[in-house]
Order: sequence, then structure tokens, then C-alpha cells
Amino acid sequence: MTAAARPKLGIFKFASCDGCQLTLLDCEDELLPVADRVEIADFREASSAVLDGPYDLALVEGSITTPGDAERIQAIRANARHLVTIGACATAGGIQALRNFADVREYTRVVYARPEYIRTVATSTAIGDHVPVDFELRGCPIQKGQLLEVITAFLGHRTPNVPTESVCVECKRRGTVCVLVARGTPCLGPVTQAGCGALCPSFDRGCYGCFGPQDSPNAPSLRGKLLELGMDPPAVHRIYRTFNANAPSFRAAAGATDVPAGGGP
Amino acid sequence: MTATPPTAIAPSGELLSVGSRHTLERSDFPRFLAALGTAGYRVVGPIVRDGAIVYGEIHQESDLPIGWTDRQEAGTYRLERRNDDALFGYAVGPQSWKKYLFPSRERLWTAHRTDGSFRVDAEPTDGPAFVFLGVRACELAAIAIQDRVFRSGGDPGYAARRARTLRVAVQCGVAGGTCFCASMGTGPAVGGDHDLALTELLGEGRHRFLVEVGSPAGASVLHSVPLRPASAPDLGAAGAVVARTSASMGRSMDLHQIRDLLVETPEHPRWASVAERCLSCANCTMACPTCFCHSTEEVPDLTGEHVERWRRWDSCFHSAFTELHGSPVRKSTPSRYRQWMTHKLATWYDQFDRSGCVGCGRCITWCPVGIDLTEEVAAIRAMPGVRTAAGGTGG
Ligand code: SF4
Ligand code: SF4
Ligand code: SF4
Ligand code: SF4
Repeated sequence: MTAAARPKLGIFKFASCDGCQLTLLDCEDELLPVADRVEIADFREASSAVLDGPYDLALVEGSITTPGDAERIQAIRANARHLVTIGACATAGGIQALRNFADVREYTRVVYARPEYIRTVATSTAIGDHVPVDFELRGCPIQKGQLLEVITAFLGHRTPNVPTESVCVECKRRGTVCVLVARGTPCLGPVTQAGCGALCPSFDRGCYGCFGPQDSPNAPSLRGKLLELGMDPPAVHRIYRTFNANAPSFRAAAGATDVPAGGGP
Repeated sequence: MTATPPTAIAPSGELLSVGSRHTLERSDFPRFLAALGTAGYRVVGPIVRDGAIVYGEIHQESDLPIGWTDRQEAGTYRLERRNDDALFGYAVGPQSWKKYLFPSRERLWTAHRTDGSFRVDAEPTDGPAFVFLGVRACELAAIAIQDRVFRSGGDPGYAARRARTLRVAVQCGVAGGTCFCASMGTGPAVGGDHDLALTELLGEGRHRFLVEVGSPAGASVLHSVPLRPASAPDLGAAGAVVARTSASMGRSMDLHQIRDLLVETPEHPRWASVAERCLSCANCTMACPTCFCHSTEEVPDLTGEHVERWRRWDSCFHSAFTELHGSPVRKSTPSRYRQWMTHKLATWYDQFDRSGCVGCGRCITWCPVGIDLTEEVAAIRAMPGVRTAAGGTGG
């Protein structure tokens, strides 16, 4: 295959921690075959060399938090045949979407010495809220096997095989004893999408919901169980207010407004 | 009573005939385990791990859950100490033997691109011969159901694994809080379909086992094990164990016309009410020892030169499981729960001439929100008038 025939891959970053992009660098053994199959046209974590678009596949990390971001994502979309968002920031707004439930100007006054220099918007939103997205890869961070699957699938012109079932299925397939049933440990696994391999339950902890809602989440029912296990309403609220706080079903499960500590449901 | 002196049993096979019953002293149990190893088997059985009794490798008797039991209710499971040193004093845990016979992930074949074509290599079917130590009556029934699906269905991997397996059954000395095998006609007494069956006898200050030979393969591992013919009191004590367990079932299920009851009530309001609680998490189907649904996927590598076909456990609770032409047939949770329970308890009769449920209670215990199919059936039965014409299965 000649270099010219290789598809061009671009990797773009918005408001995020870079962890998801670094997952690609973490694919040590698989990285060479990837580099062989695609021309990595723009990947600033790995190289400062930048090639112009158009891109066959754009991987986009991070959420939209500034007016400049909102314009840049339009340009990237216009320049990409396929656009795949990676990670909780790009697919749901990330942890920084907590601002959506508060007053962002108040945050900037607390955090920055000269808040008047900060140009930001009131919300942190998913890429899919701004442009059409071909596939959303969940996770905080994404899982490397799933990332390779997505890249392989787009190279092979097929749909990625990324299950949308619950984390519980991964517990059962690997033989992990359910921490919720056997220990009474609160766990978000039943409402969370698989992908991590049920990492936390395998270390005797409940799931924190890193991969966002599974395709048929029943958060109100799980909420009842969490309360029954002894979590108080503010704790239930906080457990849904993490990396995927702005995903619609987690947003609804947490409640519309922040609950002060010790407050009602 | 004067104890009969132990008699070495001649390897003639005479005294070890199928159906013969013998007594094994607790102190000789390690020799029984050793005999299984010497016969070339890898012994898997109950072990305590992560707060539950699961199935894993048994290297010595101290791997067994000595003195442990479980307390089970809908949605909860807790390990507890017993006040004796029973080896098998628990009911069934979260796992079942299907993890060995029908693994949760299994490669079926590998294909490689060759000049202008491709070559498919089937997965080898060799592997270790297992002893399943501590198989309960309900689990023997579940294995028989999966045999019907996979063995009779021509699955070479399953058939090979199953043929190599020796099943050492154990009579239940205690029923779990969610057990209802007595209603389903699958237990608690172990029937004839096993290689060996043990009854643990703890009374009268003597810890011993009644051993019943179930097959020639079972007999063949006993030649070096010190046994003596079972005495009438031991036989009586063993019968009492099963009777006591049978009388202490945690749950029951009324099977009267259950097929018609469920098939004729697709619009019963109970389906919507259970779906308000159901998380569509699939724990029930994963834990169920008879659920056999799976999906197969092709996994190509990045070069596109090699592809593997994998099979993994899947579930009717997943929307993607019923995806046809890009959209799931069963979009809603009521339709999925109804599919699961109606198949398991009703249309299974049409398909396999029996119920798909063996009454082990796993789906009840391991449901995070404690949904109990015995309770759901009772609720539908209590209001059976809400019937519509059979066959309405809309999502
Ligand atoms: S530990 Fe959590 S994720 Fe695992 S089966 Fe239990 S509820 Fe589901
Ligand atoms: S349906 Fe439930 S009780 Fe019946 S065999 Fe399956 S897990 Fe056991
Ligand atoms: S369902 Fe019956 S056979 Fe199974 S564990 Fe319970 S008592 Fe034993
Ligand atoms: S019945 Fe229980 S275990 Fe089964 S899918 Fe519903 S919530 Fe999960």
C-alpha cells in the first residue's frame, strides 16, 4: 500500500485532560500496525508535525466550553469524512459539565485572579450537541481495545462492535461476585454501559459510571436500591454528578438542581 | 451401635456397581480427593472468594468452604459461619457449571487470508477433564437442559467438554432462601443422572459421607478409596437429610397450567409494573444455569489478514440482541422481561418439552433489585382475567 493511499487520521482536542488521546499512545504493541494502516495527520500529543486535511477519520476528544471551540469543531467537521468522539468529555461534556448546574461566572471569580480575561460559555457540552457525530466512544478514559476496534471498523467500512449493555454483564462474564448483592456496596453498574471490563467491582468497589448510561438505563429504580443500601439522597445525587453528569439519564437521576449536604431528595 | 470395621473394596467392581452405596469417613475425604487427581482429573468445586461461594480449582480439602453457609434472599447474599465443619453446607452461589461447559467467551474458529482465498481453522476441542465436585440436583437438571441445547445441537466444543466431565453430585443439606426445586420437580433429591452422589452426614457426633455410585466412570475413581458398605442407619440418615431440605424450601412456584397462563397474558399490567423495577441489567440471565443465549462476533485484526469468530454470553435483556435491520425488536423493558419469563416458564415447553427453570433461585438472589419470578407468576395468577388473545408480542 502506498503512503498516498493510506487513510488520514486526525486527532483533535477540546476541553479535556488528554487521557483519551494518550490511550492511543498506550497501545504500544498495536501502534505500529495502526501507523502502517493510516497516516496520522494531526496528533499533537505524539508529534508536532501537522498535515492538512481533509481527514478520513477525525477522533475528537474534549467538550465545547468556549466560543472559539464552537467554531473550531465546525471547521473540523467540515474537513472530516468520519468524525468519532472519544471519552466522557466529548460524548457527555465531562466533569467540567458540572458548570451546567451552577453559575460559571461565580466559578471563574473564585478560581482566576483576573476573571475578566476568561472567555468561556455557560455550559460544557458534548461534541454531538454541535455537529453530527458518526460514532461516540464512551469512557473516562476510553478503553484501548475499544479504540482499536473503532479504528479497525472505520478502516474496514463496518459498524464498530462496541456493546451498549450494562457493566453487570462484564462482571458475570468474568466471574466477579456482585458487590451490590454480596456486600451491599452501592454500584452504578446496572445503569452504566460496559466497556471497562467491570474493573471496579473486580477490586471490590462499586461502579462509578465512567462509561455513561447503558442503552436502557433505569436510574429511578437503582436510586431506590441505593437509598435502601444506606446512601443518603445527597450522596445519590453526587454519585451521578461525575464524568457523565450531563448525560440525559444521569442528569435526570441526580435531580434537576444541586442538593445541599443534608438536604432532601 | 458398633461401627462396622472398614473393609477394603476389591477392585473387582463387584461392590462398586452402579447404584451401590457406601460410607466414606470424613477423615478419608482427602484420599477421595487424591483419587480424583490420580485418575487424571482437574477438580473444580466450591471455594470462598469475594464474599461468596463460587466454583474454582480444588487442590486440597482446605480449599472447600469448610464451616461456611450462605443466607440468601431476593437481591441479597451473605456468607455466614455454620456451627459445624460441614464441607457442603451451603446452597448454590452466583456461578454455575455452565462457566466450564459453555464459557462466557469462547473462540470458535480463526480464518487467515491466503492467496486469493482464505483458510478457516476450527478451534481444537481438547482440554482438561474436569471433576465437578458438589453438583446439586437443580444443577444436574440444568446441565441436562444445556446438553439438549448444545450437545444435541451439535456444538463440538461443548460436547467434548461434557464428555470429559465427571459429575460428583452432593445432596443438599440445606435449601437456600430463594430455592424452589421441589416445586419444579428437579430436587432437592439427586436422581440417577450423575457419576457419584455424596450425602454429607453430620449427626451423632460422626462426620461421614454416604457415597452412591452413579456410573462406571464414577466407580472407577473409587478403587483406592477406603469405603465400607453403607449401614442401615447411615442410609436412614441420608434419607432424612433430603427430606429435611425438601421441607425447608425458601420459595415455591405453582406450575398449574403455567404455560397457558403466561402465553395468554401478554398485556397483563404486571409486565409494566415489573419493568418499573427491572434494570434491564441481564444479571438474571447471566446467573441462570439454563440460559444459553449468546452472540457471535467476528474480530478482525488491524491488518485485515486474520479474523477470529468469538461466541459470548448474551441476553434477551439487551436491545442489541434483537436488532434486525438496525433496530431492536424488543425496544422496551416490559417486552424484554416478558420475553425472558415467558420463554423460561412457558414456551420452553413447546421448544424442549419441559420448563426452562430448575428452581435454583439464582435469578432472584442475584437481581440487584430483588425481582422474584415466583412472585411475578403469583401476581399474574392472582389476576388471570386480564387476558388477551395469545400471540400479541408487540414491543
Ligand atoms: S457489582 Fe455492580 S456492575 Fe457488577 S453485577 Fe453487581 S451491580 Fe452489576
Ligand atoms: S430462571 Fe431463575 S430459578 Fe429458574 S433456573 Fe434460571 S436462575 Fe434458576
Ligand atoms: S434449588 Fe434445590 S437442589 Fe438447588 S440448591 Fe436449592 S435445595 Fe439444592
Ligand atoms: S430482572 Fe433483575 S437481574 Fe434481571 S434484568 Fe431485571 S433487574 Fe436485572
